[in-house]
Amino acid sequence: MTDSKKLIDIIQKISTQIQMDKDFLTELDNVIGDGDHGINMARGFKEVEKKLSDFSNKDIGSILKAVGMALVSPVGGASGPLYGTAFMRAGAAIGAKNEMDGNDFLKAMDAAIEGIKMRGKSHEGEKTMLDALIPAYNAMKKSYEENNDFKAAISKGVEAAEKGVEYTKTIIATKGRASYLGERSIGHQDPGATSSCLMLKVIQSSL
Amino acid sequence: MVGIVIVSHSEKLAQGVAELAGMMASEAPVVAAGGLDDGTLGTSFEKIVKAVDSVYSDDGVIILMDMGSAVMTAEMVIESMPDRKIKMVDCPLVEGAVVAAIASSSNESMEDIIQAAQESASEKKL
Repeated sequence: MTDSKKLIDIIQKISTQIQMDKDFLTELDNVIGDGDHGINMARGFKEVEKKLSDFSNKDIGSILKAVGMALVSPVGGASGPLYGTAFMRAGAAIGAKNEMDGNDFLKAMDAAIEGIKMRGKSHEGEKTMLDALIPAYNAMKKSYEENNDFKAAISKGVEAAEKGVEYTKTIIATKGRASYLGERSIGHQDPGATSSCLMLKVIQSSL
Repeated sequence: MVGIVIVSHSEKLAQGVAELAGMMASEAPVVAAGGLDDGTLGTSFEKIVKAVDSVYSDDGVIILMDMGSAVMTAEMVIESMPDRKIKMVDCPLVEGAVVAAIASSSNESMEDIIQAAQESASEKKL
């Protein structure tokens, strides 16, 4: 599926996408949160970009862990520890490999989701990034097991993540700052689910 | 004495809480880790690490925090220091900090301070 070099390229593209969608993510967060998601994600990935040149000789696990560490420090909002933990767990799950296949990706994604659940003390249905990531993971796993084709699997994953983002419009936030809004959070999509979906889309279009 | 780190999204809020706690117990090692490096709202991993370092001793350090990312970032700081005696306390930030500072300045143990701070959650104001 990908090697270290390709992974660095994908991370660069994710960062570019996040910088492009910074205002959009912040607008979403303005409505139901503290209005910093886009700013924080952009700041985090700027820091990741600075480190990309150090990554060239590293294995996939180390690269993902370093991305996680870079995200924790400068972000400031909840997305830092959440995505930071996700990338660090993904890196630990893959370990010192220089190539990863679809099974490795799924293993890493599963570890990332578990990390987010642990860090946020949250689960599916609470209007968070998990509402995009968990359906995406399930759809990808099913597709990959059936066809052994990662490109097909990631397409299914993106589809499921997009549906997940739509689903977040219909539910009340019970985690994070948005939970203070109660029913007023209905009708608005979750910024974290949106940024998770964006990342999956970048992976899809990079392969 | 047990060190006390006050973590808040707001630099001013963290400083204010530390100031208030210090008013009651000036000897207590209370330090603020609020906001981001540029003074904007958020919680900074590095600031918390520096604050913990500045008040750390074998007696340990407790971290009191406001909400959301403050809790998660403090958790990650603790995970990054597995050999140290550090705990987060689930308590009201202001009341907990005052109670903890007084207990720390009386050389109480980390466990006793945590319990006292947690109990401040059930004290009614009215």
